[in-house]
Amino acid sequence: MTIEQQADKKLSDMPDEKGHFGQYGGMFVPETLMEPLSELNQAYMKYFQDPEFLAELDNDLANYVGRPSPLYFAERWSRELGGAKIYLKREDLNHTGAHKINNTVGQMLLAKRMGKTRIIAETGAGQHGVATATVAARLGLECVVYMGAEDIQRQALNVYRMKLLGARVVSVDSGSRTLKDALNEAMRDWVTNIDNTFYIIGTAAGPHPYPAMVRDFQAVIGREAREQSMQHEGRLPDALVACIGGGSNAIGLFYPFVDDQDVSMYGVEAAGHGLETGEHAAPLCAGKPGVLHGNRTYLMEDRHGQIIPTHSVSAGLDYPGVGPEHSWLKDIGRANYVSVTDEEALRGFHDLTKIEGIMPALESSHAMAYVKKLAPTMDKEQIIIVNLSGRGDKDIHTVATIDGIEF
Amino acid sequence: MSRIKGCFAQLKKNNKKALIPYVAAGDPNPEITMDLMHAMVESGADIIELGVPFSDPMADGPVIQKASERALIYGTSLTDVLAIVKSFRATNNITPVVLMGYLNPIEVMGYETFAKAANDAGVDGVLTVDIPPEEAGTYIPALREFELDPIFLLSPTTTKERMQLICQYASGFVYYVSVKGVTGTSALDTDEVAKRLAIIKEVTDLPVGVGFGIKSAETAAAVGKAAEAVVVGSALVNLVEKNAHSLSQDEGNKKTIKDISQVLSSMRSALDA
Repeated sequence: MTIEQQADKKLSDMPDEKGHFGQYGGMFVPETLMEPLSELNQAYMKYFQDPEFLAELDNDLANYVGRPSPLYFAERWSRELGGAKIYLKREDLNHTGAHKINNTVGQMLLAKRMGKTRIIAETGAGQHGVATATVAARLGLECVVYMGAEDIQRQALNVYRMKLLGARVVSVDSGSRTLKDALNEAMRDWVTNIDNTFYIIGTAAGPHPYPAMVRDFQAVIGREAREQSMQHEGRLPDALVACIGGGSNAIGLFYPFVDDQDVSMYGVEAAGHGLETGEHAAPLCAGKPGVLHGNRTYLMEDRHGQIIPTHSVSAGLDYPGVGPEHSWLKDIGRANYVSVTDEEALRGFHDLTKIEGIMPALESSHAMAYVKKLAPTMDKEQIIIVNLSGRGDKDIHTVATIDGIEF
Repeated sequence: MSRIKGCFAQLKKNNKKALIPYVAAGDPNPEITMDLMHAMVESGADIIELGVPFSDPMADGPVIQKASERALIYGTSLTDVLAIVKSFRATNNITPVVLMGYLNPIEVMGYETFAKAANDAGVDGVLTVDIPPEEAGTYIPALREFELDPIFLLSPTTTKERMQLICQYASGFVYYVSVKGVTGTSALDTDEVAKRLAIIKEVTDLPVGVGFGIKSAETAAAVGKAAEAVVVGSALVNLVEKNAHSLSQDEGNKKTIKDISQVLSSMRSALDA
């Protein structure tokens, strides 16, 4: 590469053609999946430049998902915190109640064009499962969702929603019985049924092209936020904040801003009971690079390379890995990765509910909890955009139980 | 000559096919593994494939997943597996040993450190399920430096073009995954396998082992007609599970060694017939 070419290279040009973000990402999968992944990559490259595909996607996002989602100025909360102006990107107002549908609508359009008749997915909190079951119902396709036995208990409401939508929810009893095990099981299904099956991964992780593809489908969040910030404030925000499990809502918000060096980015991981206790789900803050689920990325692992159990009050963040692009953004210093505990997240949940009349998902509550720390350190003229990635209805039982309330 | 190369050369001379049993190291407890390896050799195993337990074995069916979970109860690590191989080598310096597992434990140890330690322990080949040649830039040279054969998988979805790429990096033998699916799948179409093997043979002179879905002596014999080696895993691990559940540790280990030896003996006879 010449010096001029290097100078032209933008952060947004990643990954390389084999799916690498620096040393992260890639395709670490069994041989049987290499050809299907290559077919998927070809379809993704082709249709992302196909005006007809993009028009259909835009139409679905507008009329089925309900986009654009508002950028709401949380005036009272901003005043209470006494610092920066806080804007909420309202992904909670999307159809099915979270950002997940942006990606499932897009991948389903790809599945349709690739002639696949059976859809599978993994889910943690159940939001991605619901978003997948929703788009499968719309096209009348068979849908199987893998979900850890532990998460099925924590998220009974979403399990029922998926069943109502016609999906089969398969309980995964292996390993730690959470999201990572659901992902293993979905991969096993895919390997077995690759001829007719499309695997809709819900986060910006997994083997190439998933991290880039999921990012590209979620980047509508950041593109809208950019425009809306210009409309409301006549300028770009100073800081972006989003919670991180696998990291799809965060990369969706961050990506359209990565080349704007003046916009700081904060990804908020789940510190669970506290990083020092080891009971958390914060691989970027307290893990090491390794290989899991088809990509090299930061992981929670022991000294022998075994993946260790994670803990978070929010099922959607309870994952030992993270999308590879975040690992890279961390190493090059472009984004900051921080963490908040279960307790802080719960306070964030209650604050936003009482002060703004908006009930955030426990996942998004982590981002809110960090805004509480960040906003007071900033000037009143400065702007934060925080991704309100999902609504909290699904978590009411969890919150009530923690508060000692029984129904 | 590497032990694997020597083994296949010898078999070819005698007009025989290789029988390769797979067991997970440390399953259902670390005490059994070395004895089981010796017993398998006595029952006709030519090469031993030793599974390195991993917390997230995404290419494995329920039988081998549970084997990994049982071994991990005892914390059987990659270091422990190498120690087992070393103890096996104290009295057997002939039978090749291939480690089969996932990348992360090797990644954490470091490719060079691992390759050196594996060579010291007497390991001959390494089959890492989740590292295709495209990602193996520094992994393959590390194995080669310490005289370990990189074993790669070929699958029903592998195009001829990819076969060429893979075989360029493989040595020892290549492993043909006979079905689309995870380990322990039941349906194996021997005619289909024979067709695919003919294509693989156009691409490489390396011996070909076939695995995934070989449960009976009959299937083993049928596959052995077209391939140089037959790999049997889940059918053996099933026996480990059964005895571990129903018997005390000592009795279970003894019974497992007996049962697995019996299955291998019948497969050996069928292959040699």
